[in-house]
Amino acid sequence: MIAANLRHIGYVLRGNRLTALAGICASLLVITALAAPWLVPFDPTASNVPRALQPPNATYWFGTDQLGRDIFSRVLVAARLDLMIAASAVSLSFVVGAMIGGACGYVGGRLDRWVGRFVDVLMAFPLFVLAMALVAALGNKVENIVYATAIINLPFYIRFARAEVNVRRNLGWVEAARASGNSHTRVVLRFLLPNVLPAMAVQISLNLGWAILNAAGLSFIGLGVRPPTPEWGIMVAEGARFITTGKWWLVAFPGLALMSAVLCFNLLGDGLRDILDPRTRT
Amino acid sequence: MKLLTVARRTAWRFASSLPALFGVVIFTFVLMRLLPGDPAVFFASSPSAGKAEIEMIRKQMGLDRSIPEQLVRYLRDIGTGNLGRSMTTGQPVTNDLIRRLPASLELTVTALLIALTLALPAGIFAALRQNSLIDHAIRLLCTLGVCMPTFVSGLLFIFFFYYVLGWAPDPTGRIDIFLSAPPEITGLLLVDSAIAGNGEVFRAALHQLMLPASTMALFVLAPLARMTRASMLAVLTSDFIRTGESIGLSRRRIVLVYALRNALLPVLTITGIVFSTMLGANVLVEKVFSWPGVASYALDALLASDYAPVQGFVLLMASIFVMVNLTIDLLYGLADPRVSIE
Repeated sequence: MIAANLRHIGYVLRGNRLTALAGICASLLVITALAAPWLVPFDPTASNVPRALQPPNATYWFGTDQLGRDIFSRVLVAARLDLMIAASAVSLSFVVGAMIGGACGYVGGRLDRWVGRFVDVLMAFPLFVLAMALVAALGNKVENIVYATAIINLPFYIRFARAEVNVRRNLGWVEAARASGNSHTRVVLRFLLPNVLPAMAVQISLNLGWAILNAAGLSFIGLGVRPPTPEWGIMVAEGARFITTGKWWLVAFPGLALMSAVLCFNLLGDGLRDILDPRTRT
Repeated sequence: MKLLTVARRTAWRFASSLPALFGVVIFTFVLMRLLPGDPAVFFASSPSAGKAEIEMIRKQMGLDRSIPEQLVRYLRDIGTGNLGRSMTTGQPVTNDLIRRLPASLELTVTALLIALTLALPAGIFAALRQNSLIDHAIRLLCTLGVCMPTFVSGLLFIFFFYYVLGWAPDPTGRIDIFLSAPPEITGLLLVDSAIAGNGEVFRAALHQLMLPASTMALFVLAPLARMTRASMLAVLTSDFIRTGESIGLSRRRIVLVYALRNALLPVLTITGIVFSTMLGANVLVEKVFSWPGVASYALDALLASDYAPVQGFVLLMASIFVMVNLTIDLLYGLADPRVSIE
């Protein structure tokens, strides 16, 4: 059974080489992030002022920053925090959104209307501005970056889950599940949501890229992550001072890391969506 | 008759956007309640203000009332345009926002125009030559553009165009400090200098605007071009296009008049979403280029724990966004008369 599944996945991916490549890159990224502390050549937070602001060379592949810290090590270690923030935020909004959206789609009525209104209000804010305001309100901490990113992602999951559950709730197999004595909660949790999950999973990959951009953006403007913690957004912010004097490597490498991470997840998400639903291909 | 329909539609759409706007106000109010710190202490004359003084300020600000009562006061304040006072500038927030809004609008609108003038032709071209080299090149550029965080692309632009090539002016602010700004009429430097007939200032302001606006445009190019391509593709295969071809209309006329107009609706929808993204991206771009707009104002205030400007900014952004959506809804009617009949 598992072997057959794997063979099928292999077959599909052979026809979608770009998606396969994106998948491999994304897995590499996750592995690098997990193994980063053992891979780095230098201590990412140890400053070495005599060696400050060196351009990329054989010892320091990505150069050194204003405190002489090795940028390569910092970029590698930062992957951990960035991916962790994005992954926790997206999974949080995925779980909460699926629950709320599922309940709305199944129950309908007043609950549905009120949640719909709440979602409308959330969507009336430019989302990055909303995230900024939320971090300001909840307090300037890393956890709150996660919560803020989760909240601004929430509307998409709620709407998605609601729509998908809503079209299925009166189908034959759902009625059969109900007729055979399952409670409503059980019907939603055990029958409807698992049925909707594959489609939502594609959304996760697309959202991950977006969540990484958001979290890095928040720390770029000075919210959440504090120096000297290595994090891509804050590294770019610290390097920004040196760009007008031509020290490009302080900004370029963390920026490139950020970009390739987002690119991986976006391509993966796009590819998965095309495989699942060729009509939406653009 | 048509005018009446448009007017009625406008009124109806405006009325139906009110609940969202009201929700935004409530949400901002709740946020304000959550914000750390006691506003009364903030507004006290000095950090060492006595208990009595703080108590008095609390009474003045209505912070001793019940929550519903405070909400009513808050609504009344907003109704009269009172958004509180900024501690960092010492000015009423409303004045600060009004003074700085033109800078942000000039940036955002220019960026949107750049994005549209690039994305529409690119999308149309990609659709006409589907799966050609150009189609793939455009797709690649768009995919990369959307992955590049605005703050990184902005900084790299500065590196290339200011440091390496020397084409761009010093990337801080809206205008060279040695030039005097034209008499303020709209607050938009380009418009004001054009009215004053001051070519030098106009060129300087345009120069200064190019990098931040392109940075922002690059970020939103992808959704616009992709949507244009997709909806053009859908329209180009429809029957009326085939009919047009068969009666011998020129290719140009078919594409630009018949197909494009029908393909515009989804593009308009996505433009609304793009505008929201841009209002958010403003925060980052304004910070990178030290642009004196509302976003950098709110950001400075936020980092100084001065919350009245932040609330004012959030409220302003949400209202602008609601208004933009309203405008887009009305544009639907112009692009596609079928919409206004419903």
